[in-house]
Amino acid sequence: MTERSITYVAAFIEAVKLEMDADPTVFIAGEDVGAHGGVFHTFDGVQAQFGERRAVDTPISEQAIIGLGVGAALTGLRPIVDLMFMDFAMVAADQIVNQAAKLKYMFGGTAKLPLTITTAAGAGLSAAAQHSQSLEAPFCHVPGLKVVFPSNAYDVKGLMASCIQDDNPTMMVLHKRMLGARGVVPEGRYAVPLGVANVTREGTDVTVVSYGRTAVECLTAAETLQAEGISVEVVDLRTLSPLDIDTVLASVAKTHRAVVVHEAVRFGGFGAEVAAQISELGFDLLDAPVGRVAAPFSPVPFSPALESLYVPDAARIAEGLRAAVARPGLGR
Amino acid sequence: MDLSNEQLLAMHRSMVRIRLFEETAGKLMETGKMPGFLHLYVGQEAVAVGTCEALRLDDYITSTHRGHGHLVAKGGRLDEMMAELMGKATGSCGGKGGSMHINDLRLNMLGANGIVGAGVPIAVGAGFRNKFLGSDQVSVAFFGDASTNIGAFHEAANMACALHLPVVFVCEHNRYGEYTPTDRAMVVADIVDRAAGYGMPGVIVDGMDVVAVHEAVTEAVDRARRGEGPSLVEAKTYRFYNHHGIQNLGLKYRPDEEVLAWKARDPIFSFEDRMIDEGRLTRDDFEQVWAEVRATIDAAIDFAESSPFPEPSALLAGVYTESAS
Repeated sequence: MTERSITYVAAFIEAVKLEMDADPTVFIAGEDVGAHGGVFHTFDGVQAQFGERRAVDTPISEQAIIGLGVGAALTGLRPIVDLMFMDFAMVAADQIVNQAAKLKYMFGGTAKLPLTITTAAGAGLSAAAQHSQSLEAPFCHVPGLKVVFPSNAYDVKGLMASCIQDDNPTMMVLHKRMLGARGVVPEGRYAVPLGVANVTREGTDVTVVSYGRTAVECLTAAETLQAEGISVEVVDLRTLSPLDIDTVLASVAKTHRAVVVHEAVRFGGFGAEVAAQISELGFDLLDAPVGRVAAPFSPVPFSPALESLYVPDAARIAEGLRAAVARPGLGR
Repeated sequence: MDLSNEQLLAMHRSMVRIRLFEETAGKLMETGKMPGFLHLYVGQEAVAVGTCEALRLDDYITSTHRGHGHLVAKGGRLDEMMAELMGKATGSCGGKGGSMHINDLRLNMLGANGIVGAGVPIAVGAGFRNKFLGSDQVSVAFFGDASTNIGAFHEAANMACALHLPVVFVCEHNRYGEYTPTDRAMVVADIVDRAAGYGMPGVIVDGMDVVAVHEAVTEAVDRARRGEGPSLVEAKTYRFYNHHGIQNLGLKYRPDEEVLAWKARDPIFSFEDRMIDEGRLTRDDFEQVWAEVRATIDAAIDFAESSPFPEPSALLAGVYTESAS
């Protein structure tokens, strides 16, 4: 049997359709998600298959879109609500941060909020500073939310299934530049569990921890460094919250060096949490300080000439890894 | 509409339950027995009661930071509510939410809310659920006049109309947004003027008259149940106490004469006088209600005071729901 290769976006749509088929309480709502299938075509064909009742076009009203999901989830449905660009999550921040994330706790554990928020992050399309951000860090900082950021077609399908099935509010972050990336994806339903990282390449000299698009760039960087005699282990976090620090530490125990990579700005980024946990929990494993490769502390620029400087790529990741390996170690 | 004496007495009892619960809670706060913030509903009882008496138990409501009255009117248990306000393990939220997040999902009361206007989109979500399932349940969003200046209200009202959902918007216009008179925060005098902007009907009702509120909300609820979409009911009312706490006179931001003029229209006492005048109910009927509710409140205080605080292990419980699968 030949393995089937489909795109990241097709894998996402497959998960949505399979879960909608399996559970009649699942629906999608958001701007343009109906007839148009979403601005990134992330819901193509959903309305054609499931009708207007279960694929709902809404006004451009981010707070009310998330509020619709919160109210529907609280009363027994399993909504998928779409925010198009992750930048727009800040427009809906009250409903995400103060409502969706906290109601079940504030209600003494009696509430269930099986809500999936889908959104697209990332630079690289000259979409400028309000349509290019990677804002995962502030949402990881909020107890009660789960945050998922897949790097490949297989993971996106399995993680989306898990998000929909989860009884907590989840944020499924797609990377815009990954939508066309192809990968081998099984046809039927399957789930990739939330909170489980994946070692996507084994190595012995340095661990690189990443997620989303940069997790793929890390694989390219690892390939480059292999030719230089540096063996890189790549850990793709897949889920940021809850964080699978055990898989990261197991890798660091082997390599004794770690670099964390993401596209979001470095200062206060999610990499700081990962680096801090490696240092706190794995200090004795380390031969070098934990490094970080991330975007500089500026808004995402518009001009391609500047944007290409802004976004971390395989070459910059390779530089960061070389620097980590160059530190003198304990020779173990 | 002709209300039976039983219904009238039930509305009276519900208003008295709110009044005594709130005044008791206010006194307990003053003596330091109740931590946190306390936004008392006293003066506005006719709105919550007139509305909730027009609802079925399975209809949904969302509430505000001034939310105890809404929960009591929906049938909330005073002992669990009192325990919650004291932060006890036996409270409505296990001591995790307090006054501003008090709720009872058994009664489809989807919570008070500490963020002004935030309950309104959630009510629209519950309305979406009702339509999605083909149910004739409705949802009611309670909110204040000041909420209508918040983007979430506008988005939610528009969306409810655009999606034609069974939602009733009940605005409690109590003339102040915290400590600022509403006429300094908006230039329209009536919130109901805003309804036309969303394409829904709106009606103004005397929020000190429980029967009038009941009648207006019943019409809006019937309309929603018939699948004819949302409507807005604006109840003109007044909070007798300060935005927070139990002080009522001598406040800098509103004149005492105004407070006294509104207190002269007390929704409970005016209802009692009218019912006696009309020969529907007697002073004895009402006295019995006050006595019974006082006993219930005493029992609620005993329950709350004798209840334990949450165990340390409760701190992290309920941050996430464990999925059954």
